[in-house]
Amino acid sequence: MKLIVAVIRPEQLSDVLEALFHADVRGVTISRVQGHGGEIEHVENYRGTTVKMALAEKVRLEIGVSNHFVQPTVDAIMAAARTGEVGDGKILVLPIETIYRIRTGEQDQDAVTPVLQEVG
Amino acid sequence: MNNADIGWMLMSTALVLLMTPALGLFYGGMVRAKNALNTMMMSFVSLGPVAVLWALAGYSLAFAPGSPVVGGLAFFGLRGVGLEAQGAIPHLLFMAFQGTFAIITAALISGAIVERMRFGAYLAFIMAWLVVVYAPVAHWVWGGGFLAAAGALDFAGGAVVHVNAASAALVAALVVGPRKDYARHAILPHNVPFTLLGAGLLWFGWFGFNAGSALGATPIAALAFVNTMLAPAATLAVWTLLDLVRGGRATAIGAATAIVVGLVVVTPAAGYIGPASALALGAIGAFPSYFALIYRARTKLDDSLDVVAAHGVGGATGAILTGVFADAAWSGGPSGLLSGNPGQVLTQIYSVAAVLAYSGVATFVILKVIALVLPLRAAGRVEGIGLDVTDHGEEAYTGGDGAILMPPRAAAMPVTAIDAAGLREGVRS
Repeated sequence: MKLIVAVIRPEQLSDVLEALFHADVRGVTISRVQGHGGEIEHVENYRGTTVKMALAEKVRLEIGVSNHFVQPTVDAIMAAARTGEVGDGKILVLPIETIYRIRTGEQDQDAVTPVLQEVG
Repeated sequence: MNNADIGWMLMSTALVLLMTPALGLFYGGMVRAKNALNTMMMSFVSLGPVAVLWALAGYSLAFAPGSPVVGGLAFFGLRGVGLEAQGAIPHLLFMAFQGTFAIITAALISGAIVERMRFGAYLAFIMAWLVVVYAPVAHWVWGGGFLAAAGALDFAGGAVVHVNAASAALVAALVVGPRKDYARHAILPHNVPFTLLGAGLLWFGWFGFNAGSALGATPIAALAFVNTMLAPAATLAVWTLLDLVRGGRATAIGAATAIVVGLVVVTPAAGYIGPASALALGAIGAFPSYFALIYRARTKLDDSLDVVAAHGVGGATGAILTGVFADAAWSGGPSGLLSGNPGQVLTQIYSVAAVLAYSGVATFVILKVIALVLPLRAAGRVEGIGLDVTDHGEEAYTGGDGAILMPPRAAAMPVTAIDAAGLREGVRS
């Protein structure tokens, strides 16, 4: 099991989620974050005040996956988040010690295997 | 001249001027947060250059004595526009009142091209459009032009303002093209309360728009005022029912839209019809726009904020129904179909068609000419980032995290990374 942490451009989020969906990745958590990579800052003016925005808006995705899902997940994010400009973001793959599913108490592999929801 | 007329028209002019910032709120709430300022600025900016141009040239081309097609140059640069009477009010005040109409009509078009048209190109467009399209069309109907001679009824601007702006909006949406995310991703309104506030302020301002179009503190102003209250009320009631029947829930954006549609529908009719007809007009007027909105969203036409469905369809419906409901018993003026003058309906259709055709063709030509000098569209990357940062150097919602204060000397509009990206894609930003 791995934890995949990706930091991407906010405007690529819809594309990335779509790509993950097509890759059958179901569990994902996102958060709005600000960060600084190598990109050049943009400049804003408010009346007499000029500022350089050193932190860029980013979106962080956290996805816990079983081992055979690591590569498809990384590939999906890589393809959908890339624009070719500096600032496209990073993907980190981290080892996980244990995963629990809160609802059932299932552990590890079982906990990251999607269940088919009964609609109703 | 008497002071009651002058007082009401001073008030009306201020009311109509408020409609343009209100439109900014109405539109601004419906776009994504990254384009909120850009969208609101597209309305606000009309208060500047368009108003100046109206005073310098537009007013003369619309209202100076001229040919049936366009006014003359007698009032160019406000020459000869003083405090002498123009109807019941000072000529100068009449000019200002009409100017507020020109300002909002130009701003209305922006709803079709938000989130991707470059601000500079937009500005060039609305300035050219004011002179080439708005001024002559206003002349046709209100300045003694050929539609006035044909007997077309347009109390406060169903054809001049709404059909005119919507025809331009349709062409602009086609020429500029859809947003890159259109029909690929959900594009949701970022602040529905703004849109409701904007609709409320539009309604408030519209009392000046319609009742002010009586051009004095007269009983007809009272008639137009009451009709401006009743017709949107009926539209809102019907719209809410349609929402409930179709989806089981009354939507807030739907309510805001219904109010605007009701106001648009009653605009050409306001001072010509009785209050019962206003209720009927508002109720009937809900249907074409309601279904046009639903249909438009399924097409490839990215008329982003539905200028065509609300103002075009609503304006045409109102203009034609004016020919049905116009009632001499209330207005002391012309009669429509229900009072025994069926020919009026044809005259109304003729006026809508004339405005629709001219505005569409002229808008196409203006945009194509501007495109020779300025790119109309923002680059794809810029569209992703949002036009607030790229075209205005500001954000609507920023916590200021990571903002580094720049010394005044280094601050003189430096080229940013985003500009550089735009340049590489052949777009000046």
